[in-house]
Amino acid sequence: MDYTPHTSDDVREMLQIIGAGSLDDLFSDIPEAFRLNRFLRLPAALSELEVSEMMRGKAGLNAVQSMTLTGAGAYHHYIPAVVGHVISRSEFYTAYTPYQAEISQGILQAIYEYQTMIARLTGMQVANASMYDGASAMAEAAVLAGKTLKRDKIILCRSIHPEYREVVSTYCWANGYDVVEIPYLDSGQLDASALAAVVDKKTAAVLVQSPNFFGVIEDIGAIEPMVHSCGALLVAGFTDATSLGILKPAGEVGADIAVGEGQSFGNPMNYGGPYLGIFAGTDKLLRKIPGRLSGATIDQSGQRGFVLTLQAREQHIRRERATSNICTNEALCALAAAVYLTSLGKNLPDLAKLNVYKAHYLRKQLLSLDGWKPVFSGPVYNEFVLRCPDPSLINRRLREEGIVGGYEPASDYPELDNTLLLCATELLRKEDMDNVVSIVSG
Amino acid sequence: MDLIFEKSRSGRRASRIPESDVPEISVNTVIDNHLLRDSVDLPEVSELDLIRHYTELSRRNFGVDAGFYPLGSCTMKYNPKINEDVAGLSGFTGLHPYAHASMCQGNLCLMYELQRMLSEIFGMADFTLQPSAGAHGELTGVMMMKKHFDTRGEQRTRILIPDAAHGTNPASGALCGFQAVTVRSNEEGGVDIDHLNELMTEEVAGLMLTNPNTLGLFERNIEMVARIVHAEGGFLYCDGANANAFMGRTRPGDLGFDIIQLNLHKTFSTPHGCGGPGSGPVGVAEHLVSYLPVPRIIEKNGSYEWDDDYPDSIGKVKAFYGNFNVMVKAYTYIRTLGPDGLRKTSDMAVLNANYVKEKLKPYYDLPYDRPCMHECVFSGRRQVRESGIHTADIAKRLLDYGFHPPTIYFPIIVPEAIMIEPNETESRETLDSFCDAMIAIAREAKENPDSVTSAPHTTPVKRLDDVLAARKPDVCWCS
Repeated sequence: MDYTPHTSDDVREMLQIIGAGSLDDLFSDIPEAFRLNRFLRLPAALSELEVSEMMRGKAGLNAVQSMTLTGAGAYHHYIPAVVGHVISRSEFYTAYTPYQAEISQGILQAIYEYQTMIARLTGMQVANASMYDGASAMAEAAVLAGKTLKRDKIILCRSIHPEYREVVSTYCWANGYDVVEIPYLDSGQLDASALAAVVDKKTAAVLVQSPNFFGVIEDIGAIEPMVHSCGALLVAGFTDATSLGILKPAGEVGADIAVGEGQSFGNPMNYGGPYLGIFAGTDKLLRKIPGRLSGATIDQSGQRGFVLTLQAREQHIRRERATSNICTNEALCALAAAVYLTSLGKNLPDLAKLNVYKAHYLRKQLLSLDGWKPVFSGPVYNEFVLRCPDPSLINRRLREEGIVGGYEPASDYPELDNTLLLCATELLRKEDMDNVVSIVSG
Repeated sequence: MDLIFEKSRSGRRASRIPESDVPEISVNTVIDNHLLRDSVDLPEVSELDLIRHYTELSRRNFGVDAGFYPLGSCTMKYNPKINEDVAGLSGFTGLHPYAHASMCQGNLCLMYELQRMLSEIFGMADFTLQPSAGAHGELTGVMMMKKHFDTRGEQRTRILIPDAAHGTNPASGALCGFQAVTVRSNEEGGVDIDHLNELMTEEVAGLMLTNPNTLGLFERNIEMVARIVHAEGGFLYCDGANANAFMGRTRPGDLGFDIIQLNLHKTFSTPHGCGGPGSGPVGVAEHLVSYLPVPRIIEKNGSYEWDDDYPDSIGKVKAFYGNFNVMVKAYTYIRTLGPDGLRKTSDMAVLNANYVKEKLKPYYDLPYDRPCMHECVFSGRRQVRESGIHTADIAKRLLDYGFHPPTIYFPIIVPEAIMIEPNETESRETLDSFCDAMIAIAREAKENPDSVTSAPHTTPVKRLDDVLAARKPDVCWCS
């Protein structure tokens, strides 16, 4: 089926008014040699019933996943029912970017509220309307630093998510920046003395992530003086956004930019996307920030209203001199996050604590098994790395039970052979974890 | 209306965290105090407060389901409900991106087939689905150009962009370190061939061309444009934002384009969600396939897996694989329409645009009077001249008639531009009532200009002060 309403009479009469003899005539500007004189080679059209069955079949080819022990940048959290109900309102999901403010007050206010919540959670003064995901948000932070400071060296920690490092490297290569990686210590935290050795007046930004890829919490405040004494920007990322419920916000320890993945706030794992790039910064950087900003103002009668603001930063006004090329972002995911954070409210710290309890329980149970050993000594939130006998065998056993096992870091960190990165959120019940322990112990 | 923070009352809750079934530990025994925060400053409301708040917000918003949305260049077509339902199947939404390939065969198969279908529709050798939106796709495409020249040790510093192009094009070029050079349009709204010839040298990486362009016009000289760009070793890049105009009628690959980015959320009817998520797949001709982002999906004896082993790849532009949930909707849409439905979609989109163009031509200036594709661009200069009414006033007045206004002041080469993209899902009756409103406003402009300049009259807020918003930025609420 298709979704066109035209009757044959409509087509005939409309062509007449246009003064065209046929539909083909409407395409006469396409040079004849390039007109497609066949139908596209695609599967034939389907009814809604057929397409619905076909898609259910496709989804059915995926394994039914009973639980996941992998986080590694995508987190399985409970999503309150209100989130789906709000974002399914077609006034939100069938609207475009709010260019006409008078009929877009709903999303503009919601985004303003989202920006406020994110600024408060990250300890920053301002936040934007969203970026594509945590990785591209971090990459854009590096580009912002390079452009603002006119410096071309970006330092990033090896303890940052490997995919984030790849995306940052791609953006830095495109901009001609040098990327320097600094190693991590036995604690799983960044090596501050290695950072001290490379950070200099050419450095545009130092990029850290906390919790980092290993789940370890970094002491961002400890490196702040070193970074700022070189005039560089301190960019603080995070992995699981729910950790913001208990961890000291980056803004409070002197970071200039906070970036990270907001998927945990009300967005399903969705096989990797769409996710929510969080981008927040200090007041000073407001006019350098990429992406949309919703701002409060007043209307002609003096009542409060909201508009897309500081658009002079953006590509449609400033073109090649824009702070970024971003246009479409992840507005609906940001709305989901706002609803999620409204629903959780001041319960967010308790949720974060529950994640800490669950992860520390699972860690303790696994460490009681033969051959399982801790890898890092640093403090962790809801993820941790353990050394274990034959990770791929363990994961295969878990897979047979419909469980997504741990992430095997060795593919990105050869030195971490025979280890697993594991995650436990509020969704893992004690009996699930006990079951995991008995499966992996064979 | 009040902000959610203003509705907050200490002690109210809209959620309850489960009791822990594992031992509760003092968090500061495992995470040092100086790494912890004291509290979070989030709203305290009941669940009903929450629902009333967002429902009230939604009623202050306008979507396609509410009415006609002829926002030029944005392809605001109807979004079939079945797409939402299938994209919400837990088999799709519940999968972790690092789940083993054997657990994700449905997803991998869907993505693989979507790449193949897009390759056929657009005449390209292969596609990546990784970019998150159109502009992200542009960036990816330009990166591939850069990678090609890097690999060959060639230094190309410039990229050509027509004056009618979307702002994202020069911004994407600049993000790759290229200097964006503007190519003029000719009198009939196409690329000025002489100017292109003059600018196209061995220092130019390529030309980013929107076709049909932002005037809604097909580039008649496309063959010559391609020849000029290719003769100097450059790439012809297609901004596919306007792909709704030509599906089943012509294919960018056949026209000589080397790269195309799509906006799945436009052409393939995945709702735009107030500004995303989108999806910006990039298609390439055979000679650029090796630069596509990693990982790529490969098929082996009927099963699918991820493959990272492409040494020439530009790398990654996003964590994981792209906006999968949007791909499910696009896939559903293509399978529902089939080859005849896709062609009919473009045919009716072009028919509707030409119909609106003919109906409004007597009332508004039409700077380029030739058959258009999926959209038409008028100028409000007559109204400025005759009554001092600007395009922005016309747009605001349209709100009172219950329509979302067209795109205005773009493309920038048309003064007081009014860019109308009706799209194929709208009926003749809807187009007629929209045209009647536009005609009525043209009359009001002459007879009762105050009613236009003081519009809108029916919206929840009056015209908003953009200047104040920019002069005294307030992007976060301080209690």
